[in-house]
Amino acid sequence: MPYTYHTDDDRKEMLQRLGVESEDQLFEQIPSAYRIPGPLPLAAGKTEPETMRMFAEIAEKNRPAATMLSFLGGGIYDHFVPALVRHLAGRPEFMTAYTPYQAEVSQGTLQVIFEFQSHISRLTGMPVANASMYDAASALAEATLMTAKITGRGTVLYPAGLNPRYLAVMKRYATGQGISLQPVPFAAGSGQLDTNALRAQLSPDVAGLIVQTPNYFGVLEQPWTYEADVHQAGALLVACVDPISLAVFRQPGAYGADIVVGEGQSLGNDMNFGGPLLGFMACGEPFVRQMPGRIVSATRDVDGREAYVLTLQTREQHIRREKATSNICTNQGLMATRATIYLSLLGETGLVELGRVCCERAHRLAELVGGCPGFALRFDGPFFREFVVRCPKDAEAVVKAARGDGILAGIPLSRYFGDAARRDLLVATTEKHTEADYERFCSVLRKD
Amino acid sequence: MSNTIYGKSRRGRLGYRFAAHTPQRPADFPEAYLRRGSIGLPEVSEPQVARHYVGLSVKNHHVDKDLYPLGSCTMKYNPKLNEEVSALPGFCGLHPEQSEDDVQGALEVMGSLEEKLAIITGMDAITLQTAAGAHGELLGLMLARAYFDDRGEKRSTVLVPDSAHGTNPSSANIAGLRIRTFASGADGRVDLEMLRKELNDDVAVLMLTVPNTLGLFEDRIGEITAMVHAKGGLCYMDGANLNALVGRVRPGDLGFDVMHLNLHKTFSTPHGGGGPGAGPVGVKSNLEPFLPVPRVVRREGCYEFEYNRPKSVGALHSFYGNFAICLRALAYITRLGAEGLRKASGAAILNANYLARELSSLYPIPYGQRCMHEFVATGEPFKSHGVRTLDIAKRILDFGFYAPTVYFPLVVPEALMIEPTETEGKETLDRFVEVLTQIAREAAETPELLKEAPHTTPVRRLDETAANRHPVFTAPREA
Amino acid sequence: MEFEHMLFTSEHEWVRFDDESDVVIVGISEYAAKELGDIVFIELPKLGADVDRSEAMGTIEAVKTVADLFAPVSGTVVEVNTALDGQPELVNKSPFEEGWFVKLSMSDRSELDHLMDHDAYQNMIGES
Repeated sequence: MPYTYHTDDDRKEMLQRLGVESEDQLFEQIPSAYRIPGPLPLAAGKTEPETMRMFAEIAEKNRPAATMLSFLGGGIYDHFVPALVRHLAGRPEFMTAYTPYQAEVSQGTLQVIFEFQSHISRLTGMPVANASMYDAASALAEATLMTAKITGRGTVLYPAGLNPRYLAVMKRYATGQGISLQPVPFAAGSGQLDTNALRAQLSPDVAGLIVQTPNYFGVLEQPWTYEADVHQAGALLVACVDPISLAVFRQPGAYGADIVVGEGQSLGNDMNFGGPLLGFMACGEPFVRQMPGRIVSATRDVDGREAYVLTLQTREQHIRREKATSNICTNQGLMATRATIYLSLLGETGLVELGRVCCERAHRLAELVGGCPGFALRFDGPFFREFVVRCPKDAEAVVKAARGDGILAGIPLSRYFGDAARRDLLVATTEKHTEADYERFCSVLRKD
Repeated sequence: MSNTIYGKSRRGRLGYRFAAHTPQRPADFPEAYLRRGSIGLPEVSEPQVARHYVGLSVKNHHVDKDLYPLGSCTMKYNPKLNEEVSALPGFCGLHPEQSEDDVQGALEVMGSLEEKLAIITGMDAITLQTAAGAHGELLGLMLARAYFDDRGEKRSTVLVPDSAHGTNPSSANIAGLRIRTFASGADGRVDLEMLRKELNDDVAVLMLTVPNTLGLFEDRIGEITAMVHAKGGLCYMDGANLNALVGRVRPGDLGFDVMHLNLHKTFSTPHGGGGPGAGPVGVKSNLEPFLPVPRVVRREGCYEFEYNRPKSVGALHSFYGNFAICLRALAYITRLGAEGLRKASGAAILNANYLARELSSLYPIPYGQRCMHEFVATGEPFKSHGVRTLDIAKRILDFGFYAPTVYFPLVVPEALMIEPTETEGKETLDRFVEVLTQIAREAAETPELLKEAPHTTPVRRLDETAANRHPVFTAPREA
Repeated sequence: MEFEHMLFTSEHEWVRFDDESDVVIVGISEYAAKELGDIVFIELPKLGADVDRSEAMGTIEAVKTVADLFAPVSGTVVEVNTALDGQPELVNKSPFEEGWFVKLSMSDRSELDHLMDHDAYQNMIGES
């Protein structure tokens, strides 16, 4: 049997000391009615080469977007993962450690989390960040609960242009807590949140407004134009952001956001078919004690050395139990490690460059696609690395035809926004694409 | 914070380039949209980044270094084969919005794992959507609520024993249910009379960990689940301790309606310093209609995602859960096979009982030496020397082991919760016993050594009070 | 330390009262502060809040534990010790004086009869 040490002699000696003949006897503390007599009806074990071969064959049945010309986005992006990130994060010291409760022998993990918190704090412009959440969707859901708890109110407003998969998770969490979610429409022209509609909806029962920027359509919002309205109404402002966009565009800390969440998958993590992802959350000082997730603080040890330790643990489930801010325990530690290394490696210059390149490229692509007969940008609002294109025929048909040429053209919006959006296609680009890729894409779009 | 990556930053250092040319600040945007000020990320070179994080990593204790006997965490060896499998571009390069035609292999992985986990647990249906054990608990309770809503029954109470892990009551809270904790019996197990008194028409779910956090099997589990069902309630099993049962006992046979598994415990996926894990949920057919979407189904020889499930609770994750973790678990199950899984639980119980026997004379085990895959000892005897379990734990670190879980479960004072797992050898266990024996001696002869431990670790005891009174959450920015 | 005008609850809160007004000062005992260890954060009821005797009205946090703060008598919160915001250590340093929590205006003075005097409290905690 793989992965165990015991020799037959070891086993015999141990069993003898315990006064039993076999391991089976140790299971006799379980009444026989509950025990199954023999092995489960599963296949016999395989050797390592056999296992590898089997999975390689299964993998062959996939055509991964990363190896095709793909314009798929919608919250998950195919950015380049530097070799060093994979290599460092793959170290067993990071991979095979667990919750850093014994801080003295977990300084690697703890300092990495501290650096992650620092990176996210700077990116978002918020004072405190936590150690990670499962994904942006659950982070957003927890932020929703937070606003209700902090204000004591029962309604949360969200933009109709919010990522529909995040909305589904928010709805699930909100139901459990009796929170009412209400959409704020977007303006048909810009794709941005309709400010007039928002002002009319800011009732005294509103705990918070969620704004996603860029939103699902790739359009950048203008939260600074209604932040004051939200706060005057006694509600909180929750910003759901794209981390790379913050290298170029206004950070939530600079427009009065109270809580910030987002998806960190694009920070040095593979797409992994949608999981594991990396939710992050940050907030203003007044809300630290309501924030879920682990938080690390810098401190010193008895000899005065710089050190790091989990702090504010009284918020968490292992101490507060049913009164905890959340039930989260295991989070996305290794993905946060990768993101930390990625951001350290890119640094100030690298991330700004990446952000500007993506922005430049997306605008170039939009120009080229818009130049294909029958194709036009659906919204005139400003965008970062993703945009919606109105196609001359059903977007599903465009996608199907492009697939025939080995191209993943994008996400048909009808998948989430119904029949009215059936000619709309969500197109994303990253620094991995070249001008030649764009030309190839356009030549395929031009084909009838 | 000179030792952080920020402390190593120097203006002008470059780690990484993407483009041959330097792109300009975007010109076409109104000023109001643009970033205010610099981000403040460090500027370091690639070799520096390598050295910095390597340097940090070696300060960690980890499973590939030595024993990590955390109770209920199952810190077993993480096979590197699983890493190779999940790194195949055919898996890691998949975008979740790709059409089903292009991801048949991924869907096969999900379908196959669901099938195998159903066999292992004796449950009728599995979802892989939940990203951790606590996430699975939350889903399980939401499923229960949906089940009762569907039947027009109002039930709002979740019963848990006092030995329950903190995630149980906190998950109930998020699910919008009330928690009632009841005292365990004198033998550490559920007291059936106590349970009988607590059971009423408002009880939605009884949540139990089996074996429990004391490492004891609920030998009257059949009666317990029957009692709950008789009152119209459901039974949830926290599967954190499944390592004791794999291939031997199936939770579905014990009367559980819903449970979660921890792939990062029982099924060898790496703990990652705090995740990512995976907490799949298994249900009996009565709860199957409520499972989150999408479901993986097989039609005419092809796999598909099915979203059209009117009674589904919706979704708890933006996509399909931690796919790459599920993939690793499937590789593990494949490698071990039926016989291997059974042998693994056998070795786990052998190692735990061996350690319990060797340690119990010095570290009493209140609930007896015969345990399953873990046991809880107490450091009470050492209080007379002014030494607490915390001090013992810190001294263990000096010997190159991780300390067991301390002060949990709450039913044992000065608790030491020890789970060796099946991937430890007799030499390691004997060495651990030697160390604990020495520490017992030190407690009597030189208690100060323990109270000031650890002495040889990268840092020594930390000022947690300062970290809580005056927390510092980020590296300070340069002026 | 003058204990004549102080009474205690079985949950280790104390009240300091006087014979003229209906306002009492509330805190926790030295014993309680020692048991909790280093106190890091205190959550107190808001100014003007009404509290009921024996109900939890706040929390006291140490590094790894949380304890409820119970109202020793029913009444309204007329003053909150804001010094504790930035200096929770005051409770450890001076639990009977600077580390006071709130001042309550009693709604029913007779509730003081439910509390024990210092000697009785010392007896309860096993110190004399």
